[in-house]
Amino acid sequence: MKALRAQVRAETYMTFRRGETLLLTIGIPVAFLLFFSSVKVIDTGATRPVNFYLPGILALAVMSTSMVSLGIATGFERGYGVLKRLGATPLGRPRLLAAKIITVVVVEVVQSVVLVTVGVALGWRLEGSAVAVVEAVGVALLASIAFGGIGLVMAGALKAELNLAAANGLYLVLLLLGGMVVPLGKLPGVLGTVSRLLPPAALSTALRSALSSTSDVSLHSFVVLAVWAFIAPCVAAVTFRWE
Amino acid sequence: MGSPTHPGAPDRAAKNRQTDAVVCDRLVVSYGAFEAVKGVSFSASHGEVVALLGPNGAGKTSTIEVLEGYRRRSGGTVEVLGLDPARDHRDLVGKIGVMLQNGGVYPTLSPAKLFELFSGYYPDPIDTNHLVDVFALGDAVKTPWRHLSGGEQQRTSLALALIGKPEIVFLDEPTAGVDPEGRVAIRSVVAGLAADGVCVVLATHELGEAERIADRVVIVSDGRVVAEGPPADLVSDAGGARADVTFATSDGFDVGSLSESIGTTVVKIGPDRYRVDGAASAETIARLTAWMARHGIVLNDLATARTLEEAYLEILRGERG
Repeated sequence: MKALRAQVRAETYMTFRRGETLLLTIGIPVAFLLFFSSVKVIDTGATRPVNFYLPGILALAVMSTSMVSLGIATGFERGYGVLKRLGATPLGRPRLLAAKIITVVVVEVVQSVVLVTVGVALGWRLEGSAVAVVEAVGVALLASIAFGGIGLVMAGALKAELNLAAANGLYLVLLLLGGMVVPLGKLPGVLGTVSRLLPPAALSTALRSALSSTSDVSLHSFVVLAVWAFIAPCVAAVTFRWE
Repeated sequence: MGSPTHPGAPDRAAKNRQTDAVVCDRLVVSYGAFEAVKGVSFSASHGEVVALLGPNGAGKTSTIEVLEGYRRRSGGTVEVLGLDPARDHRDLVGKIGVMLQNGGVYPTLSPAKLFELFSGYYPDPIDTNHLVDVFALGDAVKTPWRHLSGGEQQRTSLALALIGKPEIVFLDEPTAGVDPEGRVAIRSVVAGLAADGVCVVLATHELGEAERIADRVVIVSDGRVVAEGPPADLVSDAGGARADVTFATSDGFDVGSLSESIGTTVVKIGPDRYRVDGAASAETIARLTAWMARHGIVLNDLATARTLEEAYLEILRGERG
């Protein structure tokens, strides 16, 4: 436990001191939420824009932390030889991974508090039940595993700089295709169909359902996230190169 | 500089000295079809400093990485503290200290934060204040690692290798990029480790450093051990009876005339530096100095002892035919 505590302390310390991470995980989501909730860019069909955008931006926040931030940081740690060096300490890979997961969860809790606070200030009110909030937390954790797996697949295979570019590129693509700021119904034909099979769309749809009173979280969203949460970490475990 | 690994602890040197901490027997390491290590054998005892020397690609790092448990061997046997580094890696990591050539350190963490982090990995770590003192990091202790000087980075890496009070330390190029003052500090720490009974295995290109700090050197070339022994023995073995006389002078003189006068060939081997071929006999030296005196030439340096570097180069030349 002592080693895990030390690693979690270090991981959270480094995460909250990286300016680019704070920009990506908190600055951009808050800016998007403020902008899209205040300026009518797209007709979302919601009574209040914030009702559509808060769940979407929460999904974006989860993706930015568990896929982009985790993946980029891990890629650079691999490039710097940090992961190799840690391999010669009693920390061990399971505890290193556990520390990274705990750090991701800590950041996501902070993001959620900040975004929900901003959302409330913009007029958002929780319409779903307490059970639905638990469902929302469940799908967010499932999505974190899926996104984390995708981030680590790239971090473990690509050079740090290439991984940085790839993670940011994927972030932009999934931002547009993930139903976060553009409703999935607005995406044309096959693009909409493909998007619904990807974790961002499944997460944003599930969160939107859980946090509103209009519908339950669909089985489709759960299945898509569960499949990605199984496959992506498995691929990462097989392909990840520690040095 | 105090004992870095066991401040205030009973000296275990007497107990451990001269027992094998590392045994490497006919080690083979392959990367696909390429055989990087082709049967390397050597051992290292507690309280001993062993330096692996060799050109780039000789197989030094591959050998050390097998000992550290990073890399699986393709053949041969390896024991570190009686354990198999690959199979018993989890049992071994608490007993070894590792310093990688390029750091392997979180670049945004300061030495203070790194010491705090690494202290958390070990059950009985060295007091971090002691490490700061021993490695003279007081002024840099709160500076992120990436902003430290090369010497401070190396000293921090070495301190991290020692924080868990290891029984064996593996150091890859510990003095690379370190200023003379830092080298003295690192040399002193390595000597202190050996005195405490810690086995130190290091890989280096810096032959002068190896000559100063190693009890034994193992020269590796093309994946094989081509020479092994105390530096002094290697120097004399490689040179045998024909250790050359070398001298330096900034005064100009006629090399041919000197060669004729002392009866052996004199060769210019560098700016203001010359070598007298043949055995370094007292007669040769007497004739040389007499000729210099007659011609009013001031000798800046006169040496008959070979260096480990010269022996090393000769050994490698011999291997390559």
